[in-house]
Amino acid sequence: MTEILIKNGFVVDPLNKIDCQKMDIAIKNGRIVEKVNEREAKIIDASGLTVMAGGVDLHSHIAGSEVNLGRMLRPDDHVKDAVRKTALTRAGTGYSIPSTYVTGYRYSKMGYTTVMNPSMAAMKAKHAHEELNDIPLIDKASFTLLGDWWFALENIAKGDLVECARHIAWMIRATRSYAIKIVNPGGLESWGFGRNVHSIDDKVPNFDLTPRDIITGLAKVNTMLNMPHTIHLHTNNLGVPGNYKTAIETMQALESVYTGDKPIGHITHIQFCSFAGDNWAHFKSGAAEIANYLNAHNHMTIDIGQVTFADTTTMTADGPFEFSLYELGGHNKWVNSDVETESSGGIIPFHFKKKNAVNAIQWSIGLELSLMVKDPWKVAMTTDHPNGGPFYHYPRVFAWLYSRKAREATLKKCNKKAQRKSLLPTLDREYTLYELAIITRAGTAKMLGLKNKGHIGIGAEADVAIYNINPNTTDIAQDYKPVRKAFSNAIYTIKDGEIVVKDKELVTIRPGRTMWLDVQTKEPCRIDDELKRKFKEYWTIEFDNYPVTDHYIKVPEKITIQASV
Amino acid sequence: MTEIIKSVVCPICGCLCDDLEVTVENNEIVKMKNGCAVCEAKMVHGYKSDERILEPHIRKNGKLVPVSMDEAIYKAAQILTDAKYPLLFGWTSSASETQHVGVELAEELGCALDNCCSVCHGPSVMAIQEIGIPTATLGQIRHRADLLVYWACDPWSAHPRHVERYTAFTDGRFEKSEFKEYVQKLKGKASKKKVEAAIRRTQVRYQPPPRPQTAIVEAPPPTLAKTGRKMIVFDVKKTMTAEVADYFVQVEPNSDYEIFGAMRCLVNDQEIDVDKVGGVPVEYLKEIVDAMVNADFGAIFFGLGLTQSVGRFRNIEIAIAMTRDLNRKTKFVISPMRGHFNVTGANTVFAWQTGYPFALDFSQGYPQYNPGEFTANDLLRRGDNDATLVISADPGAHFPKSSIQNMMKHPLITINPDWNAISRLGDVVFPAQWCGIEQAGTAYRMDSVAISLKKVVEAPKGVPSDEEIIKRILNKVRVIKAQKTRKDVTETKNVENKKI
Repeated sequence: MTEILIKNGFVVDPLNKIDCQKMDIAIKNGRIVEKVNEREAKIIDASGLTVMAGGVDLHSHIAGSEVNLGRMLRPDDHVKDAVRKTALTRAGTGYSIPSTYVTGYRYSKMGYTTVMNPSMAAMKAKHAHEELNDIPLIDKASFTLLGDWWFALENIAKGDLVECARHIAWMIRATRSYAIKIVNPGGLESWGFGRNVHSIDDKVPNFDLTPRDIITGLAKVNTMLNMPHTIHLHTNNLGVPGNYKTAIETMQALESVYTGDKPIGHITHIQFCSFAGDNWAHFKSGAAEIANYLNAHNHMTIDIGQVTFADTTTMTADGPFEFSLYELGGHNKWVNSDVETESSGGIIPFHFKKKNAVNAIQWSIGLELSLMVKDPWKVAMTTDHPNGGPFYHYPRVFAWLYSRKAREATLKKCNKKAQRKSLLPTLDREYTLYELAIITRAGTAKMLGLKNKGHIGIGAEADVAIYNINPNTTDIAQDYKPVRKAFSNAIYTIKDGEIVVKDKELVTIRPGRTMWLDVQTKEPCRIDDELKRKFKEYWTIEFDNYPVTDHYIKVPEKITIQASV
Repeated sequence: MTEIIKSVVCPICGCLCDDLEVTVENNEIVKMKNGCAVCEAKMVHGYKSDERILEPHIRKNGKLVPVSMDEAIYKAAQILTDAKYPLLFGWTSSASETQHVGVELAEELGCALDNCCSVCHGPSVMAIQEIGIPTATLGQIRHRADLLVYWACDPWSAHPRHVERYTAFTDGRFEKSEFKEYVQKLKGKASKKKVEAAIRRTQVRYQPPPRPQTAIVEAPPPTLAKTGRKMIVFDVKKTMTAEVADYFVQVEPNSDYEIFGAMRCLVNDQEIDVDKVGGVPVEYLKEIVDAMVNADFGAIFFGLGLTQSVGRFRNIEIAIAMTRDLNRKTKFVISPMRGHFNVTGANTVFAWQTGYPFALDFSQGYPQYNPGEFTANDLLRRGDNDATLVISADPGAHFPKSSIQNMMKHPLITINPDWNAISRLGDVVFPAQWCGIEQAGTAYRMDSVAISLKKVVEAPKGVPSDEEIIKRILNKVRVIKAQKTRKDVTETKNVENKKI
């Protein structure tokens, strides 16, 4: 394997507390090493450039049944963004939901090397993995939707968390997934008959429990199983004015599970659940309340789900939410896709507009949250691709965060009412490169429990991004445009010690790995006739045909975890 | 040696039943359990037919002669690279692994790519692209649905286990089977038919009953208002499915759009000023709509009777619009009855690689989508393409004459397990394994759930999988293209040298 030496770059590596220091990074056999033989190594002259670890995105819908239905749904979206075949790369289409190959290419060009696919219905896991195989260049993992799985609900209602943990361990292995995803707990089950739950203490129909039981139950299960990531939670009442209260109640409910060492819950795309006001007319930001809570407590982490003002496609497993969004009017397409015994799903194409008061306030909420939560290690930068905007709009979000000037320029173009309601003019904070590195790679890798990613210390995986930013000569807050441009196309991206982007162009196409957890419980889940019978009752697929086999993962990376039950 | 293999997946229709028990003796399927008649016909008898292609053939002097695999691959690759605009069609009875390579081949050739969807549920896909679709996996319907509507489809004949596995005859968590009642009803029907047949036989010459000019619709039965599972069938003729249904509504041909429109009005509490719509009295429609609104969970399944009759994708669009409106009052889903076992897979695989589900064109170097322009029949009837590759499909038996006539003007490559109509017409004919019997792979059920097909017997010696054939053609195409470029380069160099 080639050796690479990156010389004289300004290294930003928050996990190793390195802030814009001029130093060399040596790479050998796909890892960061102390030094390499300078004569044999390939030298990259990074003087005047910023060197960071490869980006780690912890929430981006890039593959799976839902995503693909979204693709199929929107030829109008693809026609504006066609990608030509080259000698090296495959053809494809964009815009809001790029085809698989294009997804890999665009992430890599942005300097991202690891992406989490956060919502995979267990029954449709094979499909998700088939698509992930077709996303080159980046490492991926998926989170299985388990918050409304009948087996989990029954065990939690019975109070048998150990049994629940065993089932979940089995399911994580069977679907080759990485974390527990909970979407509108209880709500998706209710949606089976067209209903929804409206607070975390509502009864889930047909099951003797409440969303609170599901959330705390699964958080405990997550701890029992020693999962690297926390529960990944999409709260109840998402997208409803006044739902910041539900978000806070949810976080409060989890306080009891917190043991004090590391966070136990992650609220995803929190922008969509930080709405205050009683109705859409009185819609305003609840960011301050959420930020205050997060500043006072350490058991939760969040990602933003920033709106970027794009003609995008919203897609979530939260079927009832998409239906209420459709009912708001103005949408010509609505997809609902329920999955038996497990989950649900919905898709609506959505154009976030600056001149729309609610959309503009939503934009403001995302930024307010990221600026008002003091500790950047609690925050991850996402757009909930493609919900808030496509992932290749990330650099725009960076600019809004590191430059007050950029924020103000956009706010000026926003709806007047939204401008008045926005808290942004009162916020002076501007992210530094160091903090940006935290919310895009270091912090996210830490949240995900990926020890060898998100930093470029010795022993880490050699995933490196080099951007054309000179922290010594540029004031990023003032000259935000060139920096934004630099972030949208890395000069170099190195994946596992191989240069994949050179001079802003793709030079090598290689497959990325798919990470999955093999959770070993002390006593495995009993697979007896009783379970098989139940299985036959619950699903329309035979037990033998249900699990994802090795055939479905081209380049697997199995991570074995010893559970404490 | 006898071996019993359990949980085998049936590679016939979009139901993809995966509970078959197959008995294999000496590399031959001898018996099967759980399969329907269609499944048994293919898996126990059909796949062993004498019509099997066992080696590649090339047409020489008008006659198909057996050749080596290498020669056939080379010939196929040559045809495809020499052609200006080939069409790759079929794919729906192949595993998704094959479809996956197919897109790559189309991209490499810069040609048109289409699947059988364009002649079956293409209009459904277009309707979904117009307004979306509220749908669910089949299990959701099994557990919850208490009202099932089959519209312009006959699952009893075309998807024989659909009713039994996924809808009216299964026990769900919240809705129980109506099996007993139906069986009695069926038995009654069967004996009635027997008597009718006996009477027919006594007559010297059977006179078919005169065809009714207008549809005669019976009044809705009182059972429509009961709780528990109910099944309503809308169709232009009384099919077997209609016989077992609680209520059969015979509609006039090509009037589905109006009926949906009227029902949509009724769902939205609007009044209709006519007595009959599409041959169905409005008062009956009102009762049906009442049953729909009062259902806890309703499901509509529709077939080719909607997609291929007057109105085409607009029929589906209004059906979806009605379902959408019903969701304001209760929970309702709608789902197409996909035919070939992996036609959903073809849509899925094409979509994730290119963004579009069918009717693709790569002539510009990037994927383009336009049903009506790049759909197989439209291309063929205009005579736009100058070579065709047909894989795991039989347009020879199903396409219009004009399409086939144009297809025959240019070289034709076929990849099929047996000598079907299109294989006999081919210029290069490849043998292939039966996907799901001799070849493992992935298929997508009609509700787009991926299921792994199993390999239960070995293929005859020398018969490769279609995936392997496509892969080899792709490699050969690349080699020939590279040679051509080199040749072009040397030629231009020679020309330049001469100039100097």
